[in-house]
Amino acid sequence: MKYVIGIIQPDRLDEVLKRLTEEEINLVTVSNVLGRGRQKGVAQVYRSHKEQGSLLKKIKLEIAVNEAFVERTVKAITDGAHTGQIGDGKIFVLDLPECVRIRTGERGNEAIG
Amino acid sequence: MLATWDRSIRPAGEARLVIGVLGALAVLGGTAAVARAGEQAAAAAPAVPVPARVDSGDTAWVLVSAALVMLMTPGLAFFYGGLVRRKNMLSVLMQCLMLLCLISLQWVVLGYSLSFAPGTGLIGGLKWLFLSGVGLEPNADYAATIPHQVFMMFQMMFAVITPALIIGAFAERMKFSSLCVFMLLWATFVYDPVAHWVWGVGGFLRQWGALDFAGGTVVHINAGMTALAAALVLGRRQGYPEGISPPHNLPFAVLGAALLWFGWFGFNAGSALGAGGLAGSAFTVTHIAAAAAGLTWALLDWLKHKKPTTLGMITGAVGGLVSITPASGYVTPAGAICIGIGAGLIPWVAVTYIKAALGYDDALDAFGVHGVGGIWGAIATGLFATKSVNPAGADGLFYGNPVLLWIQIKTVLITVVFSFVVGLVLLKLVQACMGLRVSEHEERVGLDLALHREAAYTVID
Repeated sequence: MKYVIGIIQPDRLDEVLKRLTEEEINLVTVSNVLGRGRQKGVAQVYRSHKEQGSLLKKIKLEIAVNEAFVERTVKAITDGAHTGQIGDGKIFVLDLPECVRIRTGERGNEAIG
Repeated sequence: MLATWDRSIRPAGEARLVIGVLGALAVLGGTAAVARAGEQAAAAAPAVPVPARVDSGDTAWVLVSAALVMLMTPGLAFFYGGLVRRKNMLSVLMQCLMLLCLISLQWVVLGYSLSFAPGTGLIGGLKWLFLSGVGLEPNADYAATIPHQVFMMFQMMFAVITPALIIGAFAERMKFSSLCVFMLLWATFVYDPVAHWVWGVGGFLRQWGALDFAGGTVVHINAGMTALAAALVLGRRQGYPEGISPPHNLPFAVLGAALLWFGWFGFNAGSALGAGGLAGSAFTVTHIAAAAAGLTWALLDWLKHKKPTTLGMITGAVGGLVSITPASGYVTPAGAICIGIGAGLIPWVAVTYIKAALGYDDALDAFGVHGVGGIWGAIATGLFATKSVNPAGADGLFYGNPVLLWIQIKTVLITVVFSFVVGLVLLKLVQACMGLRVSEHEERVGLDLALHREAAYTVID
């Protein structure tokens, strides 16, 4: 099992979710997050005082999948979020040792779908 | 399909809307014409001393105006609240609304008497303590056609919002207990005397002929100068200027500014103390100045920072309202446009360059907008006032009378020095007795939790 974390531009969320659905990946957790990469922040101006914004709004997706679905997940996120501009985001794939479905008590590969 | 439906339905809807609006305008226009005819008839009548008699129209307007001005304090609370960080939102709302409680009572107990009761040139007497003698009969010295008590209530709302304006200078770092004590002292030793000088019978600035229609000097210069003193005495917030996060909720600030703008019609047009032509004139120039100043500030931001900012526009509008306040009973619409442009420009320069150069932390620009805008408004009254608008006023410099300008400048200087010095002394006094600032830890945690054991926003439903 793998745990896929995708950090994407907020305006790409709809497209990414559409691609994930097409790949039959329906379970996903989405959060609003702040972060920065090479892009840095956008300066804001309040009554002529410049705020050198250092953090940008991003969307974080978290998806737990069985091995067979890893590449399809990565591809769906990449295709949906890619624009070619700086700030498109990153995908991290982590090993996932355990998974429990709370309702039934199922564990592992059974529980993940 | 949707587009077709949309196109077919829209003309009918629009037509109905236009007819409705035109109908409403016609009714309003008719009412206005009748009112104007009545006024002209009144003006034509021979001038005989009017006996003090309650007029229902005047009383209704001043009652409504008092309520409008009351709404400005919560409006200010949201204007200021939106500009602070999330962790201090409630503290600002609490400070403003607590002043509504505290100063209202101070006003009843002694504030109204010190401001308006017959006394010396410097301070009112004690005859009206606890409102004794302030009844339902009009007091012809102030307003011959409304109950004395209604005049007192209208003035109470001014006494409340003035100290609330100062909050902007020391937001996010002042002890609540010290604030309550300081504000009671300030209302008694700064607001009440200055209100008496300018508006009270026998007040020395009133006798000089200084013009302050709705409180540019009494309210805005007064609050603005003590705000500067407070910013200096309390010192900067931790991390200022780089480590302070941006305003936490600009929509609240916009809502607050809109409520201020709305309430200001009561503030200025209500200061005519009657429902007649003068109120209409004040209403008109108030709106015009706010519009001109909001536009000016937005344009200046656009020029300097490449983008027009929302906060800039509403700040400009509030600056315009501040500056037109003393002039609102004495100037023409053209004068109001000039005052408004100045009110967008001068506070903008103060906030953009002077504040940055001097390095004081006037957190929400109480001095930059109210102090600087108030000073411009008082001086501009000496430039643009004309007896053609209000025969009871005076002509300003641009109408051939330089004397008024000199009186206005003297009035500004006296108020600036008095409010700054006495404000400073009272702050130092409270600082010596009980301290002014919260601890560093409390400031980091935020005043909402540290001082009030509450949070403005929950994360989980």
